[in-house]
Amino acid sequence: MNNKASWQHFQHIADIGIRGCGNSVEEAFTQAAMAMTAVITDPQLVGNKTCFDVECNSTNLEFLFVDWLNVLIYEMATRHMLFTQFDIQINDGRLKANICGEQVNRKKHQPAVEIKGATLTELQVKKDKQGLWCAQCIVDV
Amino acid sequence: MYKREAIIDIKIFNKVNDYTWRIEPSGKMRVPAVIYADETLIKNMDDKVREQICNVAMLPGIVEAAYAMPDAHWGYGFPIGGVAAFDAEDEGIISAGGVGFDISCGVRCLHTGLTTKDIEPVKKKLVEQLYRDIPSGLGSTGLIHLRRKEMNAMLKGGARWAIEQGFGEETDLERIEEHGCMQGAEPRYVSDHAIKRQQNEMGTLGSGNHYLEVQTVSTLYDEVTAERFGLKQGDVVVSIHCGSRGLGHQIGTEFLIDMAKAASRFGIELPDRELACAPIKSDLGQAYLGAMRAGVNCALANRQIITDLTRDAFAKVIPDADLTLLYDVSHNTCKLEQHEINGESRQLYIHRKGATRAYGPGHADIPAVLSDVGQPVIIGGSMGTSSYILAGTKESEQLAFSSACHGAGRAMSRNQAKKRWHGKELIKQLETEQGILVRSPSMRGVAEEAPGSYKDVTAVVDSADQSGLAKKIVRLTPLVCIKG
Repeated sequence: MNNKASWQHFQHIADIGIRGCGNSVEEAFTQAAMAMTAVITDPQLVGNKTCFDVECNSTNLEFLFVDWLNVLIYEMATRHMLFTQFDIQINDGRLKANICGEQVNRKKHQPAVEIKGATLTELQVKKDKQGLWCAQCIVDV
Repeated sequence: MYKREAIIDIKIFNKVNDYTWRIEPSGKMRVPAVIYADETLIKNMDDKVREQICNVAMLPGIVEAAYAMPDAHWGYGFPIGGVAAFDAEDEGIISAGGVGFDISCGVRCLHTGLTTKDIEPVKKKLVEQLYRDIPSGLGSTGLIHLRRKEMNAMLKGGARWAIEQGFGEETDLERIEEHGCMQGAEPRYVSDHAIKRQQNEMGTLGSGNHYLEVQTVSTLYDEVTAERFGLKQGDVVVSIHCGSRGLGHQIGTEFLIDMAKAASRFGIELPDRELACAPIKSDLGQAYLGAMRAGVNCALANRQIITDLTRDAFAKVIPDADLTLLYDVSHNTCKLEQHEINGESRQLYIHRKGATRAYGPGHADIPAVLSDVGQPVIIGGSMGTSSYILAGTKESEQLAFSSACHGAGRAMSRNQAKKRWHGKELIKQLETEQGILVRSPSMRGVAEEAPGSYKDVTAVVDSADQSGLAKKIVRLTPLVCIKG
C-alpha cells in the first residue's frame, strides 16, 4: 500500500465522520470504506474469506462516494457481513468493486453500532495541491 | 485535525424569556428561528444548531418559525431536536432530512402491575431472560421472516397488523399514536432494497442509543396527573426505545439522495445539501410521504412485536406481571396535523426530527381517557440516568406546534466516549453503585453510550417544563437495561 493512503475518523457530536485519503479517487474511497468498518469494529479483526462484486454510478463524484458507502451499508445489513478488502475501479461515473469480508461474529468483532446510512453532511471529495485525494462524510449510527 | 465546533454566541439572540431565545429573520430566512432552553443549555449548545435552525427557516412554505427543543444538537440539515411546519398550499416542502434515517424512532412505555419490591428478588433472572428473548445489537435477527406480500400488509397496517398476527391485544391500539396505524402509507414507494433490509429485522431493538429498560417511578411531580397515567411511586414500568430498523434507514437514505439531486429541478435553493426536500405536492414529495408513512407503520409494528416478546419474557419470570400500554410516541416523523395560526385552522405538515409530539388536554387525537390531562410525552434518558414522563399542555400548541424534547441529547462524541470509558467496567460500576443491571452484545457499544456522554437529561426536561412545551409528571429510574 502506498504510504500516503490513510483513513481517520473525525468528530460529530452524535455520530461519526469518516475520511479516507490516497493517491487516487479509488484509493481515497477504499480508505474511507476501511474507516467505515472501523466505526463498527477493529478492521484487523475482520477476515476476507468471502468476496463478491458490487457497483454503483453517479456523474457527480461526491454523490458517487455516498452511493458507494450506501452500497456497502446495504451489503453489511443484508449479508450480515463486515468488509476489509476493497478493489475499486471507477470509469465514467461508474464504480465497480470487488469487496471481501466475513460474517459478523458478535463475540469476535464486538460490533459497537450498526450504520444507518451515509449522509451529505461534511461531504467532500477533493484533491489537494500535493495531489492527495480525500473523501469524507458523516455516517449516521 | 478536526476541532470541536464553536458554541453558540448568546448575544445573537433576542431573549424572549428565561427559556425562549429568538433570532429574527435576516438574509434568506423566511421566518424567525426559536430555541427553547435555559441559559446554561443554550450557552453550551453547538453553534451548528443555530446555523441549522436558521437554514430550516429559509425553506419554502415554512409557517410561523423554525424551532429547536432544549435537547437540540447538530444533525443532518435539520438539527436533532428540530421542529418545522409546512403548508402544502403555500409551496410547502417535505424533507427526508427533516425526519431522519430512523423513521418513527420512538418510545413505548408499558405498565407492569408490579412494584420494585416484586422486581428486586428476581432482577438478575429478569435481565437474563429479557436479554435472551429480545434480539438486540448489530446483526441480530427477529423470529419472523416476511415475504413482500406480508411486508406490504405490515407497511399498511403497523401495530394493527402485528396484533392481527397475534402480537398483542386490540386494546393496545388505544394507547398508540395514530391508533397504531398510520394512514396514507404507500408500500409501492418502498424499494426492494428497503424491503430486503427489513426481512429479518422485525422485532429487533437495533443498536446505538436504542434500548429496553425496566424502570421504577422514583419521583412524582404531579400526583394527580400521574394517577391518571396510572403511575404511583415505586411502580415498575418498561420503556422500549427503537424505530423502523433497516427499512426506515434505507427509505431515508434513498430519498435523501433523490431529493438532493432533484432540488434544483424544483427551483429550491438549498442552504445545505442535507436539507434535501421536495414540494409536498410534487411526485417525489408524495412518493416520500407514502414511503415514510410505511416506515412509520414498520416502527409501530416493530415496537408491538417487541412488546409481545417482553410480555412473554416477564411471564416466564413473574407470572403475575400484567404489561399494559401507557403510551407509544414517535420522535422522528412528518405528520399532517391541524393547527390554529392567527385564529385560522390550517392543515400543516409538521416535521419533528428528534422531537416528540405533545398534544395538550382536549385534543381529539389523544386517548379519550386522557383527554382532560393531555398526551403522555415520554423522554428517554441513557443507562444509569433518569427518564421522564411529561404531559402535553394547551400552551405547547402556541409554542412549537405541540412539540417537546425527546431525550438527553449527546454532549460528547462516540470516539471521545470510547476513549474515556470501558464497557465491562461501566456495567460493573452501574451494578455496584446504582444497582442497575445492563446487558449488551457489545462492550464497545456500552462505552460509546456511557451516561456521561449525554447532556443532563434533567436540565433538558426542566427547560421543557419551564418553557411550557410539556409538563413534568414523573421521573423514572432504571433497574434493568438491555442495550442494543
